[in-house]
Amino acid sequence: MEMSQYLEVFIEESKEHLQTVNDSLLKLEKNPEDLTIVSEIFRAAHTLKGMSATMNYQDLANLTHKMENVLDLIRNSKIQVDSDLLDIIFDAVDDLEAMVGDIATGGQGERDVQQVVGKLERIEEGELPAKVQDEQVEMESKEASTSEISYELNLDEFQRTVLMESAEQGFTNYEITVSLTKDCMLKGARVYMVFEVLEQIGEVAQSAPTVDQLEEENFDLQFKVLLLSTHDEEDIQARILKVSEIDSVHIKKVTVEDYVSTTETSSLATSPHKDDSKDESNQHSSDKEQTAVAVKEKTETPEESKTQESQQKVAQSKTIRVNIDRLDVLMNLFEELVIDRGRLEQISTDLNHSELQETVERMSRISGDLQSIILNMRMVPVEQVFNRFPRMVRQLARDLNKKVNLVVEGAETELDRTVIDEIGDPLVHLIRNSLDHGIETPESRLAKGKPEEGNLKLQAYHSGNHVFIEISDDGGGINRDKVLQKAINNGLVTNEQASGLSNQQVFDYIMSSGFSTADQISDVSGRGVGLDVVKNTIESLGGSITIDSVPDKGSTFSIQLPLTLSIISVMLVEVQQEKYAVPLSSIIETAIVKKEDIMHAHNKQVIDFRGSVVPLVSLEDVFEVPQEFDKGDYYSIVIIRKGDKMAGLVVDSFIGQQEVVLKSLGNYLQNVFAISGATILGDGQVALIIDSNALIK
Amino acid sequence: MEDHTQDLKVIVFQLNNEEYGVPVSRVGSIERVQPITRVPRTASFVKGVMNLRGVVTPIIDLRERFNIGESTYDDRTRIIIVHLEDMEVGLVVDAANDVIDIPGGTIEPPPEVVGTLDADYISGVAKLERRLLILLDLEEVLSDQELKQLQSVEG
Repeated sequence: MEMSQYLEVFIEESKEHLQTVNDSLLKLEKNPEDLTIVSEIFRAAHTLKGMSATMNYQDLANLTHKMENVLDLIRNSKIQVDSDLLDIIFDAVDDLEAMVGDIATGGQGERDVQQVVGKLERIEEGELPAKVQDEQVEMESKEASTSEISYELNLDEFQRTVLMESAEQGFTNYEITVSLTKDCMLKGARVYMVFEVLEQIGEVAQSAPTVDQLEEENFDLQFKVLLLSTHDEEDIQARILKVSEIDSVHIKKVTVEDYVSTTETSSLATSPHKDDSKDESNQHSSDKEQTAVAVKEKTETPEESKTQESQQKVAQSKTIRVNIDRLDVLMNLFEELVIDRGRLEQISTDLNHSELQETVERMSRISGDLQSIILNMRMVPVEQVFNRFPRMVRQLARDLNKKVNLVVEGAETELDRTVIDEIGDPLVHLIRNSLDHGIETPESRLAKGKPEEGNLKLQAYHSGNHVFIEISDDGGGINRDKVLQKAINNGLVTNEQASGLSNQQVFDYIMSSGFSTADQISDVSGRGVGLDVVKNTIESLGGSITIDSVPDKGSTFSIQLPLTLSIISVMLVEVQQEKYAVPLSSIIETAIVKKEDIMHAHNKQVIDFRGSVVPLVSLEDVFEVPQEFDKGDYYSIVIIRKGDKMAGLVVDSFIGQQEVVLKSLGNYLQNVFAISGATILGDGQVALIIDSNALIK
Repeated sequence: MEDHTQDLKVIVFQLNNEEYGVPVSRVGSIERVQPITRVPRTASFVKGVMNLRGVVTPIIDLRERFNIGESTYDDRTRIIIVHLEDMEVGLVVDAANDVIDIPGGTIEPPPEVVGTLDADYISGVAKLERRLLILLDLEEVLSDQELKQLQSVEG
């Protein structure tokens, strides 16, 4: 099928448009009066409708059409925006998303949407959204037809002012006649592409036949468009001709006087059944009538031009879509290169040949640049994950009868795609947690003297080689005593130890698995459902999570994530004859201590490290390394940390710091204790990467 | 193996003076011995991992896997890279030097007693003139039961 080549683009763009609709609906809920937002939603929905009709997804097109009708009423201030109305529209968007999802997975995008369609239709007929939402069966309202007429007449007055305004703002009006070639296969698609081009350079005020008819390929080979634009004729013509299968383009300027003088005609043209009047006969009608109809259409989108202009500037950056698989292949190839680079570096040091060394150094620098570019290409803004949260928070807040204001900051922060794919679920968990247990009900907030509406802040930012994501609420905070009590009951900590723990250490307990069973949670100020899972996921990504909380002021969950997963900095160490790599991210520092300085506490070796007692872990014992030689009088120690806890890994010598490519041990060897993966060193040998988290209890 | 009328192409290798075969379709390559990095706290027959052209590949010593002593590596020692589903594993064998077609009819089910081997690993025996070829069931050889047992002991 010839459509199939467009399918991928269609799905991608549909998702984008739906996301726009989603975002804008949420904005609209906050500013119900702001009609520019409605226009934005309308535009996205309209494009979606056009695309799905072209692609022959009728159900999708129909539902979008119904939604559009309702949006149209909002845009013309015929109905008030309230949450009940938005709920219905959200339902419709959900259905649309499900349909697009179905198409993406190879389905036909069919879905039973009768209920939602019914609701939309009844709103269109003038019923109150609340009524529609609550009751499934409602009698039909009779007001519909009368209200429609008055709304048309209202529009007329609006038209003139808007047209005057656009003229003052320096827009020129063009009447453009586009002819398609006779053998054009996909007329609808071409029309759509022409409209895309036009919308980039200006605003399409009107078309003949109507957009609907054009999309249904209900025309011969010609169509006319009235465009408001600041570009000149040649430019417009050139742009349109870039669309293939276009035969000719005729552009004619229409002056301001033209439509001022035709305002009377326009009121005639805007009959109650406006859509019917704009049929194919218009195609060959006079300029005057053309503009007249255009005037009316223009008024429907009174504020669009401004928003569109500002959006254009943003959309100017040139991008191409690349299949992620290709990037993965590129990454793999580059990893091979990094390994060989390491090998070359080693050979050149061994040979001590200055010219070779110079060349290798140069190559290292270039491949370093290349590395950062490739890594950058795989970076995706966290926006992708954050996008779904406003909807979720809204829904949850309603379900929980709480008032929550979500603030998202730093959505443009970029992370490696692999991290992005994994981080969604933990974040959902944490947000639910904050809403459910953090932020109090409006009543108790008022009782505490806080504003009724709780604040939930989602923040992402870069710092060094890490990305931080913070979720903070201004809710009740975590009750330290209750958590401690639970920890003592669960045997995680003794009474004596408890008093000496820092707040952070205490809060860490809510993420230990003992706390994650449901009934215990509600005791401990509620927190803890599955937080151990969250913690595990984040740690498996090489990140960490810390909790900060002040009673009655709120809590902050801070997640630290590595920028990328595939290339990491490690410290290479030697244990007897074997080489191991310790991730630099978990190393605090290295030390060499005398044998006499090692103390024994509780049958364990410990050292005094800058005032704190650090237990020693002998890698030789843990990894059962064959003994080849005796240790000397000095111990080489790598101090590692996991959260607030530290440990010293006893090794035989430090080799140095290196960037390595993280590889898995293969599917046959899974869950090897304290080994997170392997890497290939410059000499071609495999070194194992130590999972330092497993070595600290 | 199920289809007795079809010929089976196998790679023949030696282990403790006996001849074994694995289907060619399962074999990725045959490698000489390269440095192997020991992976701590795994089963004794897991020799470690090797760098196979940029891919970290686990290596199993078949002698130890079959409990017939430990391999001593020499010039003839080979590592046969086999793949099974999503796993890729290298098998250390004494020598590998032959590819032969086994006529479908000559494959017999494993006999009750075959030396000291545990019959689980054997999917059949092929008699070819004067040679006796033991066909391996790779799924059993690579089954992670023993690995899991080890984990449960530790964990």
